[in-house]
Amino acid sequence: MSLKRKDLIGIAPLDPDEIRLILETADSFKEVSGREIKKVPALRGKTVVNFFFEPSTRTRTSFELAAKRLSADVINFSPSASSVVKGETLLDTARNIEAMQADIIVLRHQAAGAAETLARGVRASVINAGDGWHEHPTQALLDLFTLREKKREFNGLRVAIVGDLAHSRVARSNIYALTKLGAEVRAAGPPTMIPYGLDKLGVRIFYKLEEALRGVDVIMMLRLQLERQGRALFPTIREYSNLYSLTADRLKLADSQALVMHPGPINRGVEIAPDVADSLSSVILDQAANGVAVRMAVLYLLSGAS
Amino acid sequence: MPKEKLIMDASEVSRALTRIAHEILERNKGTQELALVGIRTGGVHLAHRLARRIQTIERAQVPIGELDITLYRDDLALRKDQPVLRKTTIPFNISDLRIVLVDDVLCTGRTIRAAMDGLMDLGRPAEIQLAVLVDRGHRQLPIKANYIGKNIPTARDEIVHVYLEEEGEEDRVVILNGGES
Amino acid sequence: MNQSTIVVIRGGHVIDPGRVNGPADVLIEDGKIVAVGRDLAVPACRGGVPTIIDATGKLVLPGFVDLHVHLREPGYEYKETVKTGTASAVAGGFTSVCCMPNTNPINDNQAVTEFIRDQARAAGQATVFPIGAITKGSEGKELAEIGELRDAGCVAISDDGRPVMNSHVMRRAMEYALAFDLPVVDHCEDLYLSEGGCMNEGVVSTQLGLPGIPAAAEEVMVARDLALAELTGARLHLAHLSTAGSVRLVRDAKARGLRVTAEACPHHFALTEEAVRGFNTHAKMNPPLRTWSDVQALKDGLRDGTIDAIATDHAPHAVQDKQCEFVDAPFGVVGLETALPLTLALVDEGILPLEAAVAKLTSEPARAFRLSKGSLALGADADVVVVDPQETWAVDPEQFFSKSRNTPFAGWKMKGRVRVTVMGGRVLYEAGAARARISP
Repeated sequence: MSLKRKDLIGIAPLDPDEIRLILETADSFKEVSGREIKKVPALRGKTVVNFFFEPSTRTRTSFELAAKRLSADVINFSPSASSVVKGETLLDTARNIEAMQADIIVLRHQAAGAAETLARGVRASVINAGDGWHEHPTQALLDLFTLREKKREFNGLRVAIVGDLAHSRVARSNIYALTKLGAEVRAAGPPTMIPYGLDKLGVRIFYKLEEALRGVDVIMMLRLQLERQGRALFPTIREYSNLYSLTADRLKLADSQALVMHPGPINRGVEIAPDVADSLSSVILDQAANGVAVRMAVLYLLSGAS
Repeated sequence: MPKEKLIMDASEVSRALTRIAHEILERNKGTQELALVGIRTGGVHLAHRLARRIQTIERAQVPIGELDITLYRDDLALRKDQPVLRKTTIPFNISDLRIVLVDDVLCTGRTIRAAMDGLMDLGRPAEIQLAVLVDRGHRQLPIKANYIGKNIPTARDEIVHVYLEEEGEEDRVVILNGGES
Repeated sequence: MNQSTIVVIRGGHVIDPGRVNGPADVLIEDGKIVAVGRDLAVPACRGGVPTIIDATGKLVLPGFVDLHVHLREPGYEYKETVKTGTASAVAGGFTSVCCMPNTNPINDNQAVTEFIRDQARAAGQATVFPIGAITKGSEGKELAEIGELRDAGCVAISDDGRPVMNSHVMRRAMEYALAFDLPVVDHCEDLYLSEGGCMNEGVVSTQLGLPGIPAAAEEVMVARDLALAELTGARLHLAHLSTAGSVRLVRDAKARGLRVTAEACPHHFALTEEAVRGFNTHAKMNPPLRTWSDVQALKDGLRDGTIDAIATDHAPHAVQDKQCEFVDAPFGVVGLETALPLTLALVDEGILPLEAAVAKLTSEPARAFRLSKGSLALGADADVVVVDPQETWAVDPEQFFSKSRNTPFAGWKMKGRVRVTVMGGRVLYEAGAARARISP
């Protein structure tokens, strides 16, 4: 069994068996990360390039750690916005990277479709680390890995995703992954932030947070992206947090064993009330550790001979 | 349909394992600072069987670990499909112990080389010894087993297969002719 | 073929919408149609041998009229020039094209209009009828010198590429244009609703995470323009309609007797938003590809006459311009060389009878802009197209006469091909002939 593809552009093209393969492979790598010598020679001699057009310390460090633990060589490339001329530079720069014998390129870019465009133009394997609002597959995979540890079974699992779904690649990737594995997905947020036709993706839509949370097993809170959203999506942060913030009272509406997750970093008091946020810190640390294991699994599975 | 030529039947397998258990105890003068590590997947079952025999003979328990060598293979870069990973479970510190690696078939020696690299990343054993059920020759690396169930001369293109009860088959060792690899 | 002053197109099936639909020969003398009828006698020719074009088994049609093309000259010659654009037109059967003013500089004055016409005359390919800007620089603030533009040869005014957002300015433009009897062509898009959008807002845009342009962005402006046309009595022409709502609004307005005409582009009735999947920049244009029910509504509109003309909105872009991330790619696809088979496909589907389909490319666009083209009447300019309606061919962008290659139909199997294009009595294009022979 293997990933029969050159690239990991998103969750949408994967079938459920491929998702399970990645999660099972990540199990083995989590064990490696628990050893004293956290290194295996599996990708020795391979070069992994982190090509990050958008700043991101956490994701980039996570990929860097994953690649290094597999004994790969890592190069970090972060073109600043001003030095990059729009459009043609992505493909041209990528070809220069290929000339450095890159085997795997990890790309984060602000334009949806950038990873797919890049993957078509280079021989190296491309991993999408986030392209605009489109997808962030490794984030969804690590969310699922964390869920799997705590909840075991995806089929019939009730998951609520709360916040700005329209502009969230994490939400899209998670929706694809969870629905493919048989979970029941609910979306909650102001109507301005629920994109057109989301119900056609198999998601139940709620404008009232309390209704969405009733009996739910998992709550995924999305970050309110103040820097990315357009105008007139909601009147004030105050009203948003009155209506959609996860408070202790609202949390009680969910299942008593409900898991709360957040891709981080948290806007305390905006998406999550401070007392609830404190109890979240352990899950967030788990998610970070699982991120390295999942990314090692993806790097390993894509690193076969071309 | 590959033809099977029987080399060892169930009782021969059992006697070989018993003898190996005795040899291990003799050479290591008991079970002090001794541990068994089975190489996935064939070696794991054999390691457990050896541990039970040692328990019966010496009335002492020997720690057992299970080692997956996939990440240490020397042919990962050459394969199109990456092999499926299985978990390595070695729930004790291997440093300063005498580790007996256990595998079912010894051939080129590359698996053992990978297993030794894997062990070295987990600690610093005092000694590594090797026990195999079958040695079929055709070494490509300078590797030698300390404990051998049976030496079987083979042609390079023949395949030696070990069937075990733990996997739902009758215990036996066969040579497959004209089969797929 | 040698170029004499007498040309006979013999043995074909002539369709001159409203006049002829049957087997006939066409006789051309000195660049004009002199006779259309069966078994015409060929008069003696003064300066040589008459040119005989054998049209057996083919359709003989008036040269097509395209109300909406972008020739990119002056200013963007690397994408297309008047010469290459009009050659592309002729290869697609279009003998008359109206070119939009969003050049650089914008065609908002006599000098640019005359320049374009001079370039067209020098190229000697399709006839070019320039469309002048509505406002200076197409900025939507002050009226351009529309009188001067008309005198220089503009046949309509438009700020295409953009709408005129300020409704007061648009009202005054419509009123002012009445003095010159020019149609006002609007690109209907509310820029606030469409801001940032790069494809239809719908299920596909949600799945791809791309910002969308809702159908309402077009419909809001269609409704506004119709209200202003009613207020002012102006001649309004709506460019590239793409949504069911727009068709409904125009149908209703026509029923009430408003002087409005409308066009639709082949890509809007041959494709849906699904063509964008894979972030295909060759499926990015404005207005964007819409949904299946919008496509059905456009076809209904073509059938019942709500939509008068088929126009291409031929919008060339260089290869490197389109080779980038979807959100950054420019809007537009070429269309002159694929319009005919896509129009004939409507006939095969039973949407339009053949004569009506031909009218959408010839007499109807000519009527909308009052051009003396698109017909084979006696004394008309001899712009004639010979079409093989059964010939199948594959679209190969590398073979385009246009400088640009940005088509969503690459590799498509098409049915219906232009065999010969005659302009003013001269054979300008023959399918399969060596390229060097195209252009006298």
